[in-house]
Amino acid sequence: MIATQVPNSAYLILAAILFSIGVGAFLIKRNLITIFMSIELMLNAVNLTFVTFAHMWHQVSGQIFVFFVMVVAAAEAAVGLAIIIAIFRTRQTLNVDQIDLMKS
Amino acid sequence: MSHLTQFQTFLLLSILKVVVVLVITLTAVAYTVLLERKVLGRIQNRWGPTRTGPFGLLQPLADGIKLFLKEELIPLASEKPLFIIAPIIALACSLISISVVPFGQVTRVDGVDLFQIADLNIGLLVILGITSIGVYGIALSGWSSNNKFALLGSLRATSQMISYELALGLSLVGVVLRAQSLSLRDIVNSQSAHGMRSWNVFGGFQFVAFFIYLMAAYAETNRAPFDLPEAESELVAGYHTEYSSMKFAMFFMAEYANMLTVSCVATLLFLGGPSSPLGHLLPDDFGGPVLAAIFPVLWFVAKVLGFLLLYIWVRGTVPRFRYDQLMSFGWKFLLPVAMANILITSLVLALRG
Amino acid sequence: MQLALFIIFGALAVLGALNLLFQRHPINSALSLVVVMISLAVLYWSLGAEFLAAAQVIVYSGAIMVFFVFVIMLLNAGEEERTHGSRAAYIVGIPGAGAIFSLLAFVFLSESHALGSSSIGGYLNHVTSNISEISTVLFTKLLLPFEVTSVLILVAILGAVVLARKEQ
Repeated sequence: MIATQVPNSAYLILAAILFSIGVGAFLIKRNLITIFMSIELMLNAVNLTFVTFAHMWHQVSGQIFVFFVMVVAAAEAAVGLAIIIAIFRTRQTLNVDQIDLMKS
Repeated sequence: MSHLTQFQTFLLLSILKVVVVLVITLTAVAYTVLLERKVLGRIQNRWGPTRTGPFGLLQPLADGIKLFLKEELIPLASEKPLFIIAPIIALACSLISISVVPFGQVTRVDGVDLFQIADLNIGLLVILGITSIGVYGIALSGWSSNNKFALLGSLRATSQMISYELALGLSLVGVVLRAQSLSLRDIVNSQSAHGMRSWNVFGGFQFVAFFIYLMAAYAETNRAPFDLPEAESELVAGYHTEYSSMKFAMFFMAEYANMLTVSCVATLLFLGGPSSPLGHLLPDDFGGPVLAAIFPVLWFVAKVLGFLLLYIWVRGTVPRFRYDQLMSFGWKFLLPVAMANILITSLVLALRG
Repeated sequence: MQLALFIIFGALAVLGALNLLFQRHPINSALSLVVVMISLAVLYWSLGAEFLAAAQVIVYSGAIMVFFVFVIMLLNAGEEERTHGSRAAYIVGIPGAGAIFSLLAFVFLSESHALGSSSIGGYLNHVTSNISEISTVLFTKLLLPFEVTSVLILVAILGAVVLARKEQ
């Protein structure tokens, strides 16, 4: 098999790209659900750095971190989407510009 | 094949394996449909298809030609890209998971295992993962066709599949605990010691898990008695109401391919996979190396066929559930029982050392 | 192998993320996020984390994203419209994200040698398995955090039920 190596920094830069796209999407998007999805994207990018470092140091603790991040993300998604459903039920919109209940 | 490098042989044999398995699976899917129509016909005291070819054996071919030649209809108000991609996701996901299934004993030619496309150390998780991706096909098909029956059918199917996936996954934990591995090959090997007595259903005392798996699998593949997503008396045809021609055929094939996969997994996990029920009564090299390699495959096929017949029998016998009954059955009965099974299995394993 | 996997699935992940950013309809964004997650699962696998790869597919793309798609279908969310708020976000967001990326890329590239490189190991063909390693650590050293997360999930389920239930 052809043995090719990939520098670990490439994985980290890929994670950085994904993270910045997530940040950009978080700021630009106006739909509540899409904003929530860009948070998930950022979490995924961070997970990739964890896995890369775990591979680099030959330790499983990084992978266990990712495991916990996944579990917490699942809990967060459940509560977050429930909140979104509740908001939609009262406001009939998902546009974040119109959800300013605390302001008006 | 001496002039090829090891990598090239590996690649060639792998491609060959993929093609052969794909062709066999698709043929099996086509003939499962025929088998179902025949057996269901006999159950309902009629003949089933008999006109095309001897005993109706060419019926799948005729169905295929008919579906190919029909007109493709795409509703104007549908989300076109998603509408087209949904059946592809459904069929692809149901076909991919067959790639980790070991069909026979380890038989190596040039270092490549002939009867398994890929032996992964997380084979079981791969199957579960791919099944969970398959939900997208159904969810998207209903939503993108912009039809209330399709949407209701796909909402039902999605929630049903997500709910029963839990019971399905938990019922497999007992088996994994016994085999101490997630690789399907290891799970099969853990049951091959004494023939039928060491199968997980009998010797492993996993019969509770087996029945949970069976019921969850019926719900997972949207088959009777849990075929509410396509309950024709309520929802026309469920999530594929708007689909015609080959796209409909893809959903149809996906359903039967899922049936095959689920039967394969049940065989591997609970019935010892390709190992013989007689154990070592026959000598291992009975009938020369070729026959010894083929016998396990025949056992495997026989077990899978038994599961398929059970599927059809259940469809011909049990009436459809109501939707709230289905949900409370999954969450309030199957899930707690599966958890109790895990608890008891791990306790017994821990006490035994 | 490692390089091919990295290039294909890295590119797929970036394309999916960009598609998430540019699509107007939430369901298209959700599906492109699924693509990102699956390609990340393949990358995890190539980094020797096969259990996480499976967990990523089952938990993220099989459960969380299905839930997202389900909610989008349920609320029948339409295309998002551009507002004056989004124009301000463009002005701040794109340079901000660019700055974060430049900073991170600079750090990683300047430390590139210290970080080393990785090639595909025995984990793709069954030689080593880290599942037992992970589970040993998880059920001995980190048992308390593990149990606490299970309580967290229980609380989250209850919270979701309370929040999403219709008021009588």
